[in-house]
Amino acid sequence: MDPFLLEAIVNGILLGGVFALPVLGLNLVFGVVDVVWLCYAELVMVGMYCVWFLYTQAGFPLALAFLTCLPVVGLLGLLLHQLVVRPLLNSPPITQVLATGGVIFVLQGSAMLAFGTDFRSLGVEMPPIEVQDIFISGTKLVAFVAALLGAGALWTFLKFTYVGTAIRAIARDREVMPLMGVDPKRIYMVASAIGGGLAGLAACLLVVQLDVHPYIGLSFGPITFMICVMGGLGNMLGGFLAAFLMGVIVSTGGFWWNTEMSYVVAFACFIVVMFARPRGLFAR
Amino acid sequence: MIRVAIAVFAVLAVLPLLGLPDYFMHLGIATLLVALSCTGWALMGRFGLVSFGHGAFIGIAAYTMALLWNDVGLSPWIGLPAGVALAVAAAALLAYPCFRLRVVGHYFALVTLAAGEIVRILIVALRDHTGGSLGMTPRLAPDHAVVAMQFGKQGFWWIALVAWGIGIFAWWRVDRSMSARALSAIGEDEDAAAAVGIRVTREKMAITLLSAGLAALGGALGAQYRLYLNPETLAGIGVSLQIVFGALAGGMYSMLGPTVGAAFTTALEEILRVAFGTAFIGAAPLIYGILLVLFIQFLPRGIVGWFDRRR
Repeated sequence: MDPFLLEAIVNGILLGGVFALPVLGLNLVFGVVDVVWLCYAELVMVGMYCVWFLYTQAGFPLALAFLTCLPVVGLLGLLLHQLVVRPLLNSPPITQVLATGGVIFVLQGSAMLAFGTDFRSLGVEMPPIEVQDIFISGTKLVAFVAALLGAGALWTFLKFTYVGTAIRAIARDREVMPLMGVDPKRIYMVASAIGGGLAGLAACLLVVQLDVHPYIGLSFGPITFMICVMGGLGNMLGGFLAAFLMGVIVSTGGFWWNTEMSYVVAFACFIVVMFARPRGLFAR
Repeated sequence: MIRVAIAVFAVLAVLPLLGLPDYFMHLGIATLLVALSCTGWALMGRFGLVSFGHGAFIGIAAYTMALLWNDVGLSPWIGLPAGVALAVAAAALLAYPCFRLRVVGHYFALVTLAAGEIVRILIVALRDHTGGSLGMTPRLAPDHAVVAMQFGKQGFWWIALVAWGIGIFAWWRVDRSMSARALSAIGEDEDAAAAVGIRVTREKMAITLLSAGLAALGGALGAQYRLYLNPETLAGIGVSLQIVFGALAGGMYSMLGPTVGAAFTTALEEILRVAFGTAFIGAAPLIYGILLVLFIQFLPRGIVGWFDRRR
């Protein structure tokens, strides 16, 4: 096989790992609270600024900056739920989605006020790894492994803890679970905090690869939503697999044409998939 | 409501004769054209067909019109209808499979969002013709202003007013038709509506095409008025959300609601721009966003809906 094509495919799989985390976070929140956080990519943006600020301005070691970023964005997710989503829980879904859409402007505006519109770079780079004829970026590989670990930790939590079980149960049946003694309000808060934390983790992985600026959310936000819908909204495994599929489509599309066209192709693929499987690729 | 609309139309029609300052005229034209797009969006939005992709239709219409003028030399008087027709065709291409295959709710919203992004990225990618992210300007033709549809503030005021009038008229006609009843029934329960003999797909298609056409007309005229086209302001998520917010802020269940909402959001943006200027970059979107969230939480039926309930 053409080594460049192979390299594109490998890069696509690595890219899929980065897409996977926000997709899991969005799916978790949607599955439990039944709201699409339109501002999810902006939460990631805030996390990226958080890491950048702690590492380059406040002089934190990188690992500590990463560790601080998770609870900070988790708290932001909790705040988002309590202040914006919770008062609208009984409203039609469209108003909930739009309210989180308004938060996009709030977060972008805050980021601009705090840090200006310049592109901020962490300035951390790892050497590329050469395997046979193809080059793999070291940062991307580490990010990929971290994404898999994060996804694994989430799965373990949902599968083996009491709260995790309650979360899965609420996602399955919203009406019955309160009768079983589960407080949905508390579960919503936990899910929102974890959803935010996943955005924080995604931010840690992205900030080493991309420069952060207030509008960066717009560059990967739309594709995250596409992936969620492709895998079936609320379907964690489906979203996880779709993330890798979309990663490979984008990456090989960049190989055949150019980066912009690769996104056009990816979105077009998404629309075609929606027509073929209106409830997502992996709907039962 | 139609009497109020006619009165507003009549007052607005004579306003330019009073010699108002250019700045006021500019805001008025901008508001009328945004109002048309918002009215178009609300036409389908109020029946539960929530689209986050109306930017796609605006982008298609505006760029078709401008490219026909710049590259082929075809007057916007022909290019504009051609662009709107193309936008409507794109809407049909997107909506027909959606409605046939029952892509509804969140899924429909996100499919349309993808469509908006596709158009935005395509415009950027075709930068040899469209100028990409830098935007493009229609070729100026001072000698043939009428053919080129390049009027001053006064001329454009009337064009914008007529376009807005078309939107309001369309709303009025839809409201009085059987289609409005059919669409409310579909919005409540599609299966039940189909069971009583409503042609669900056909009704949804009709309102979607009308909605896309009106939104595209408003957006393309806005581009022609400003004589500047940019993918960020004419396609993609940003403009799509702006239209939705305008409709929602004013109230999407009432004929003049989207217009009031467009006036409100335009005024708000303008006030914030003037108040902060370049001093606190970011303060304007921050306050805009907070106000939008508060609006959605406390006035879910919009400004006009709130007044309606008080009466």
